[in-house]
Amino acid sequence: MADIKLTVNGAVREGRCEPRKLLVDFLREDLGLTGTHVGCEHGICGACTVLVNGEAARSCLMLAVQADGATLTTVEGLMRDGKLHPLQEAFREHHGLQCGFCTPGMLLTALDLLRTNPGPTEDEVREGISAVLCRCTGYHGIVKAVRAAAAALAPRS
Amino acid sequence: MKPAKFEYHAPSTVDEAIALLVRYDGDAKLLAGGQSLVPLLNFRLARPAALIDLNRIGSLAYIRAHDGHVQLGAMTRQRAIEFSPLVGERLPLLREATRFVGHLPIRSRGTIGGSIAHADPSAEYPAVLTALDGEVIARGPKGERTVAPAALFETYLTTTLGADEILTEVRLPAMPAGAGWAFEEFARRHGDFAIVGVAAAVWRADDRVTARLATAGAGATPRRLRASEEIVERDGLGDAAIDAAARRASELVEPDSDIHASADYRRHLTAVFTERALKRARERMRG
Repeated sequence: MADIKLTVNGAVREGRCEPRKLLVDFLREDLGLTGTHVGCEHGICGACTVLVNGEAARSCLMLAVQADGATLTTVEGLMRDGKLHPLQEAFREHHGLQCGFCTPGMLLTALDLLRTNPGPTEDEVREGISAVLCRCTGYHGIVKAVRAAAAALAPRS
Repeated sequence: MKPAKFEYHAPSTVDEAIALLVRYDGDAKLLAGGQSLVPLLNFRLARPAALIDLNRIGSLAYIRAHDGHVQLGAMTRQRAIEFSPLVGERLPLLREATRFVGHLPIRSRGTIGGSIAHADPSAEYPAVLTALDGEVIARGPKGERTVAPAALFETYLTTTLGADEILTEVRLPAMPAGAGWAFEEFARRHGDFAIVGVAAAVWRADDRVTARLATAGAGATPRRLRASEEIVERDGLGDAAIDAAARRASELVEPDSDIHASADYRRHLTAVFTERALKRARERMRG
């Protein structure tokens, strides 16, 4: 068994698990953070994407033990003071979700995209979110939402 | 879909990692970015007795210029390569190819050493390594050796690295100033594995053209297209010479048929992308 201590959404969390436990299962089963979804479990669907030290990564392709000492953000950590994150607000406004299964992965992938490319073109948004499969929306609403969020998040000059 | 049991080790030095490889005598797997290995573990297609996690070896992640080369530590993440100013300036072909490596979250974790050691023939980095005449450094209990790509890639997912060796560094010769480059590939969806990809670089010195061409996905290993390079080096970068080089390229590769594409289609794509890559590289060439 391995002891794991990490920071998730600003809070220090600890757990103990087998080294073979995937990070996504540790988040859901050991820490009770079920906002991160388990989809394909082999790195194709992107539903389990979280931020690891600020970078989007698939939590089904990391072992929990590898996140020891890391700082994570999951979908539960996006709201501030009871208000939706501007990216979440944009998803609501622009119909960026239907069933919501892919949404946590979409949000955290889009956050990393906007961190490294604050003003993406439509093509760049489509390339960025190609990392996550959505079977409901046809992606149009998601693309609109990410571009609207980019404008909302842009530093005002 | 959970990995079978394994013993887990996270050494902090390469020497410790090599000692562990020796101890497990072929029954341990090295874990780099995990973007190919962890799916295999989840499916239980791989059931090693032990995992040796290289992610705590900080000394394996670097990008630096040295003696006309760019040296990339094996654990350098693909996202770090994507945004490296040094790579952008000296190895624009590598930077362009990086945008085709998986998806954004894959590149956050995936490493250059892992991609090359995994030796998937449809992967981009092995083709760039082959096109640019790079080499890798492998370290084992008896010391270090350098391995050229032609001696490294044996067949699908198989290299000549020993069970007690670790790929520690990738060395690529800096592209000459003014070189043109292009990476072209066809995949069903952006970020999927390439059905066929072509890496190209061209430059001119003393009125002589030098060309570099290699394929991904058109056979069991990346393939250097030397005979096509010779056509444009002899006849120049006019449309007719490029067309001849592209036709020759389709004869040089030995693709297999699989569920994704027939061998004939892969030959066809090899010619199409060789032409497109050479033409785009020509447009970017200066001097």
